[in-house]
Amino acid sequence: MKPVEIKPNIYWVGGIDWHLRNFHGYLTQRGTTYNAYLILDEKVVLVDTVKHYLGDEMLTRIRAVIDPAEIDFIVSNHVEMDHSGSLPKMMAVAPKAKVITSPNGAKGLRRHYKQDWDTLVVKSGDTVPIGKRTLQFFLTPMVHWPDNMVTYIPEEKLLLPNDAFGQHIATAERFDNEVGWDILHEEAAKYYANIVLPYGEQVQKALEALAGLDIAMIAPSHGMIWRTYLPQLLAAYQRWAANETDARAVIVYDTMWGSTEKLAYSLLEGLEDRGVSVTLRNLRTIHISDIMTDLLTAKAVLVGSPTLNMGMLPTVGAFITYLKGLKPKRRIGFAFGSYGWAGQSVKEIEAVMRGLGWDIPLEGVSVQYIPDDAELQKMRAIGHQLGELIKSNKN
Amino acid sequence: MTRRRCKVCGYDPEEESTSFEALPEAWVCPVCGADKEAFEIKEWE
Repeated sequence: MKPVEIKPNIYWVGGIDWHLRNFHGYLTQRGTTYNAYLILDEKVVLVDTVKHYLGDEMLTRIRAVIDPAEIDFIVSNHVEMDHSGSLPKMMAVAPKAKVITSPNGAKGLRRHYKQDWDTLVVKSGDTVPIGKRTLQFFLTPMVHWPDNMVTYIPEEKLLLPNDAFGQHIATAERFDNEVGWDILHEEAAKYYANIVLPYGEQVQKALEALAGLDIAMIAPSHGMIWRTYLPQLLAAYQRWAANETDARAVIVYDTMWGSTEKLAYSLLEGLEDRGVSVTLRNLRTIHISDIMTDLLTAKAVLVGSPTLNMGMLPTVGAFITYLKGLKPKRRIGFAFGSYGWAGQSVKEIEAVMRGLGWDIPLEGVSVQYIPDDAELQKMRAIGHQLGELIKSNKN
Repeated sequence: MTRRRCKVCGYDPEEESTSFEALPEAWVCPVCGADKEAFEIKEWE
C-alpha cells in the first residue's frame, strides 16, 4: 500500500481493483485502478478519490505521506462514484478541506451524498494558486458526463484529465512505458470505444482547448500514467474522435440453428476474396464490450440475426442497443439473417444503422430456414461488392 | 431572437443554424438527451 511519487511532491495515492471483471457491463479482464493524486505545496491538494471499497487503501497511502487533516482542497473532476465514492470518508478525516468542482459537479455531488460541503465552484480557465504551483481547470462537458472537468498544473506540465485517456488495467506499475504501448493501446481503445465514443465532437473540442497547453505527463483516473507514449496516444484520440477507420470489416451475429452463421461465413469468404481483413464475432461467445473495440476503427459493420418472435435474437438486440447508444459514425452497414415465416430482424437492424447515419449500399438479405448453395453464393457475391466498397472508400 | 442552450451539457442549437423555437416538443438534446425544458436563455459572455 505504498504511494508512488510521480513528480517531486506529487504522489499517486489511488486504489488498485485487482478483482474487478465487470464495470457496469464493460468486461475488465485486466481489472482496473482508481487514481487519486496528492499534491504537497503551501496548500495540500487531493485530486479525485477512489471507489468506496478502496477508501481505506487510499487513506493508507495518503497517511504514508501526510496527515489527511492537512488537506486544504479536494478536487472532484468527475462525480461518478468510482472517483467520488470515498469523498465522504475523506471529508470526515480532512475537516478543513474545501471541495473544488464544476457547476454540474456541485449539483451532482449534492444528489449523490446529500451533504453541504464547503465547495469552490470553478469555470473553464479558473486558477487556484497553491504555492509554487497553480491549479487550472477546464470544463469538458460530456467527456463523458455533464460535470466532467480536467485539472492542469502548468509548472509541472501535468494534466489530470480524470476519465479521458484512461484504461482499465490493474498492475503494480504506474507508468505507461513499464507496461508497453501494445497493451495500453488496446486498453485505451477499449475504454474509448465503450465510454467516450458517443462524444467525438466534444473530445475534438477538448483536444483543441488542450492543444494550447504545454503537457509532458497525463495522469488519468484509471490505469497507467502517460509520459512516454503521449504522441501516439493523442494521435489515436484524434483519429477515434474523428471516426477515422481502416479498410476492415467486422461481422457480428448470433444464430439459432446455424443458418445465420452460414450466411456470416459466406460473407467472410467474399470479403476475403477481395483481400479485406475481417473479424468474425459470434455474440454467444464474445462480449459486446470487446466487439466495440473491434469495430472502433473498422469501416464496415455487418450484423446478422435470425428472426425470433418477430424480432432480433435478444443477444443481437442487446448489441444493437449498445451500438445505438455508442454512436459510431461514418460506417458502411449491412444486415442479414434467416427466418421461418416472417423476417423482421434484418429490417430492425437496418433501421438502427440508418438512425446512426451509416451508408447502407446494399439491401439487407433474409433467407428462409436454411440457405441453399445459390443463396450462399449470393452472400459471397455481396461480400465481393462490400469488399470493393470498403477498399475504395476514402476516409 | 432568443438563444437558448442546454443547461446540462451546454449545447446550443443555433451553432447548427437550428432555431430552438422551431423544434418539436418531443425534441431532445442531440448531445446529452435532455428534453426541451432543460434549455435556458443563453447568457452572453
